[in-house]
Amino acid sequence: MAGSMKEIKLRIKSVQSTMQITKAMELVASSKLRRAKERVEHSRPYFETLYTTLFDIANADSEFSSPYLAKREGHRRLYIVIAGDRGLAGGYNANILKAVAADAGDSDYCVLPIGKKTVEHFERRGVPLLTTAFAEAGSLSVSDCFEISRLVCAKFLAGEFDEIRLAFTQFVSMLTQTPSVLSVLPFDAPRPKPGHEHKSLMLYEPSSEAVFDAIIPEYLAGVVYGALCESVASEQGARRTAMDAATKNAGEMIDHLNLYYNRARQAAITQEITEIVAGADAEA
Amino acid sequence: MTAFPLKILTPDGVAYDGTVTAVSCRTIDGQIQLLANHIDYTTALGMGEAHITREDGTKRRAACMGGMVSMIDGECRLLATTFEWAEDIDKERAERSKARAEAILAQKTDAREMELAQARLKRALVRSSVAARKGL
Repeated sequence: MAGSMKEIKLRIKSVQSTMQITKAMELVASSKLRRAKERVEHSRPYFETLYTTLFDIANADSEFSSPYLAKREGHRRLYIVIAGDRGLAGGYNANILKAVAADAGDSDYCVLPIGKKTVEHFERRGVPLLTTAFAEAGSLSVSDCFEISRLVCAKFLAGEFDEIRLAFTQFVSMLTQTPSVLSVLPFDAPRPKPGHEHKSLMLYEPSSEAVFDAIIPEYLAGVVYGALCESVASEQGARRTAMDAATKNAGEMIDHLNLYYNRARQAAITQEITEIVAGADAEA
Repeated sequence: MTAFPLKILTPDGVAYDGTVTAVSCRTIDGQIQLLANHIDYTTALGMGEAHITREDGTKRRAACMGGMVSMIDGECRLLATTFEWAEDIDKERAERSKARAEAILAQKTDAREMELAQARLKRALVRSSVAARKGL
């Protein structure tokens, strides 16, 4: 009996130290989450205005055309996939990678991975990667997003890809994060019917085409940055929830183990008493 | 001078929000200045110096790169990729970045790296020129 008591004691200790770690990870995730949410809120007005401007230009003038607007026949797709650098975040990484696989179906595609887990995943599956220069999601800044945007826009204009899609995790709330796949290029805006004159009074200088083509890379960078911020927030949210559940489980386990430990202790005491009594009876 | 509302937004947040009497910046077509009651207007930004004049006549200068500027219903919005007030520019960093870019350009490596270095050099030059100029 003494042996099993010791075993239980050890087990309690080990669960307790695991609980300490999960608790600490939860705290770290919540403080990082707050910062990530702030970042999303700071950047939002900038990109929303960019989007409305692009939308207005495309919507106002039926004669206006841009290589970024034209829908192409081909089906060579590039996915920009944003996932985390580390695991232990519940279903965060698995969900987004599953969403990409579901969206791509059987077609061939190329991936620009962001996040170490994405690189590992697609390397294992033998999917061609455009570049692994942006593998670390945690250290990407705005200027890296502009770099990505320049690269992707150049490839798109050169005709290497017909469609650019962006896969990221939307931060809905602390408890819900939904993976989503978004088509970013060609720019999707409802066009006015030809002949239907609905010109805006806005003066575009030097021309609406030039403004549009100059803003598109900025817009793409913005979308990538926004998606990155959302994904980082989602990752922290998912981790926080996962770690919270782990801490709770550890607490429950410790309670159970304590019960077993007390039972074992009681049994040991009872046995000892029985032995003593039996020994005294034999003496008498 | 009539004043009009101006908002300067960057991906990192709001750089300026208030009224001004004039805003000047470098577009893809050259330097422009917007005053109150301007026609509805949109253009894309180049790289260069921007300055604003506030109602009390004081001016603030900044290095402003990439993005767009628009005037809609008398309200001006300047969306810049980077927007740094002259007093916030890290001069030493700009100099270092300039030196690094020049070193890469001197080596004449592949086309892509040259392009990146050229862009970096241009940014560094804009920053240091804005920081170096005192007053207006």
